[in-house]
Amino acid sequence: MVATTRKLHHFHGGVHMPGHKEASTRLPVAAAGVPERIVIALQQHIGAPAEPVVKVGDRVLKGQMIGRAGGYVSAPVHASSSGTVTAIEPLPVPHPSGLTIPCVVIETDGEDRWVDLQPLEEYSEADVDLLRARIRDAGIVGLGGAAFPTAVKLTPPADAAIDTLIINGAECEPYITCDDMLMRERPEEVIQGVAIMRRILGVRECVVGLEDNKPEAFRALQAAAAGTGIEVVQVPTIYPTGGEKQLIKVLTGKEVPSRGIPAQIGIVCQNVATAAAVYRSVRHGEPLISRIVTVTGGAVREPRNLDTLIGTPMEHLLGRCDPHLTPEDKLIMGGPMMGIPLRDGSLPTVKATNCLLAATPGDQPNQGQTMPCIRCGECTRVCPVNLLPQQMYWHARAREFDKIQDYNLFDCIECGCCSYVCPSHIPLVQYYRFAKTEIWDQEREKKKADLARRRHEFKQMRIEREKREKAERHKAAAARATAKTSAGKAGAEAATDADKQAAIQAAMERARAKREAAARAEAEPKKTANDADA
Amino acid sequence: MISAVLAITTLAVIFGSLLGYAAVRFRVEGDPVVDQIDSLLPQTQCGQCGFPGCRPYAEALASGEAEINRCPPGGEATIQALADLLGREPMPLDGEVGEEKRRMVAYVVEEECIGCTLCLQACPVDAILGAAKQMHQVIEAECTGCELCIPPCPVECIHMHPVEQGLNEWKWPFPKHQPPMGSAA
Ligand code: SF4
Ligand code: SF4
Ligand code: SF4
Ligand code: SF4
Repeated sequence: MVATTRKLHHFHGGVHMPGHKEASTRLPVAAAGVPERIVIALQQHIGAPAEPVVKVGDRVLKGQMIGRAGGYVSAPVHASSSGTVTAIEPLPVPHPSGLTIPCVVIETDGEDRWVDLQPLEEYSEADVDLLRARIRDAGIVGLGGAAFPTAVKLTPPADAAIDTLIINGAECEPYITCDDMLMRERPEEVIQGVAIMRRILGVRECVVGLEDNKPEAFRALQAAAAGTGIEVVQVPTIYPTGGEKQLIKVLTGKEVPSRGIPAQIGIVCQNVATAAAVYRSVRHGEPLISRIVTVTGGAVREPRNLDTLIGTPMEHLLGRCDPHLTPEDKLIMGGPMMGIPLRDGSLPTVKATNCLLAATPGDQPNQGQTMPCIRCGECTRVCPVNLLPQQMYWHARAREFDKIQDYNLFDCIECGCCSYVCPSHIPLVQYYRFAKTEIWDQEREKKKADLARRRHEFKQMRIEREKREKAERHKAAAARATAKTSAGKAGAEAATDADKQAAIQAAMERARAKREAAARAEAEPKKTANDADA
Repeated sequence: MISAVLAITTLAVIFGSLLGYAAVRFRVEGDPVVDQIDSLLPQTQCGQCGFPGCRPYAEALASGEAEINRCPPGGEATIQALADLLGREPMPLDGEVGEEKRRMVAYVVEEECIGCTLCLQACPVDAILGAAKQMHQVIEAECTGCELCIPPCPVECIHMHPVEQGLNEWKWPFPKHQPPMGSAA
């Protein structure tokens, strides 16, 4: 057993808040069962949407790939039970926008019949590229909430010297207990998954961190990790320890640079549930088609954790927990701090669904009449990133997007600590989210405008040149007509030369556009890679 | 030693003058003020402002010949940005030139296209692919939605439709209930 002699550190601020975790940990994890209808969203991850590979009417088996990855930063999706594809159409998904996105609808046949899986017995000696491929093909994404494709995160850039793998089992947000229950009931899966990822990254140091409010999970993991060299460490319970950068700080004392990613300081961070999914995909060939979801809150009488097929409607899960929702209650996907309000229970679960909170008004923090800011500085005191929330609020309100970036808006992890403590009940995080998406939009528009400007200038140049060439041809023809020399030939040569030039320029233009598109695709995931409570 | 220094110096002089010559010879005639204004315009190149494109409008703005409220695709945001840059008062969009609307893109109804290339010539940003007597297609990522390709089409097979908004483009709304600014503000 590894002695826990690790020196722990602190991040700035944070909030001690009631955990509300006991209610959903009394009962063991139960299977949620197979719903009649499953809705698999084709984009459940950061990056490009998956592309459907089935059509309406197809019979599909459990675990069969129904959408293939739409790019490098993307992930395939799989049928989570057997049945018939009845529709492929845009449907609402749990997302704050309320937008519809393409989904595959499966009418289940109740048989829950698997495809032929390809197990891999000797995975501990297998080639790391094969391991990565299995993880990618299994559609595994970060299950802590960010849903970033795991295989990509396990392929760090060549110039990043990764020396530490940190496994996030902190689960700091109130009410959520799915990782806790996973660690208690399936500690071997977690530890085996961690060992696989450690091998892929070729790192020496490997630490699992979890908050000290989960003693049972801690003991279970420690027993499973005995003799593996994987360190299991308890960290103080304070929100948001589960933020990637916060946990890294606590466990290593290192700071991830502003607007940077952990790989820059040699660290890769993965969630415990992701580790378990990695193990199942590598060892058994199982794609990511289910996960544990916490169903809790004051509006259910029997809160518990359910092993849920991805795509199960939220109301199916609620129905398993004896709900009694009143009009004041709210359905939230995730926890009370960072969760997304759901407009109704018909929405499907996705890979990132860790919790379904049926929240009574008492479950929702800091409700109250919004009042003017009294400049008390409470928000600044608790911000775990050491930002100045009050100043950012003023600038966001005034739409001063340049100034707000001087205050490192993009380092804000949207943890909600500032809003939680604000005595004036100002929904501060909403202002930062507004400002962030507004700034991204402006950047996209700017890029589009620059491309259009270049293409327009290029077209004008081409028209000019064509005019000039025409004039030259005329002149040459005239000269030929009078002198009857071979001057015309030279003119023709010049023209083909110019044609070539045009072709080359066009090719350069295309190459530049392509590069920019690639750079854009790279940049997208980064800005959302802050998976607090990952 | 001396010869090496001399050689390097000579080379430096030659390259320096070459660069200088290139800068003069190949300069895109650019006025920094016009460039700055142009960088604020949306580059739709639609001509709704009454000028044959964004840059001509930028030139007119620089010389004080045009109002700042004539670009419908840019809308409020562009007017505000121009007002800030030029030190003029913001004003509402000139209703005569058009109104701000959702971003659109063109698409060609393939079965109807006769391959006449007329749209191709009209498109200010070469966003249409095709050749004589062949079906044409709009490259969506490059189309600015200027609608200039619509009138020339003899069979009216080009239509505009709003750009599909994906999850990645969605924006959080401005929070609904603004607290009063309070005495401190
Ligand atoms: S906590 Fe609220 S009232 Fe206090 S300074 Fe921050 S925003 Fe203002
Ligand atoms: S939401 Fe952002 S600003 Fe507010 S406390 Fe968290 S990190 Fe700081
Ligand atoms: S109206 Fe705006 S987008 Fe259209 S050409 Fe004029 S400046 Fe450009
Ligand atoms: S395709 Fe039509 S609408 Fe689009 S940029 Fe070209 S001319 Fe304008």
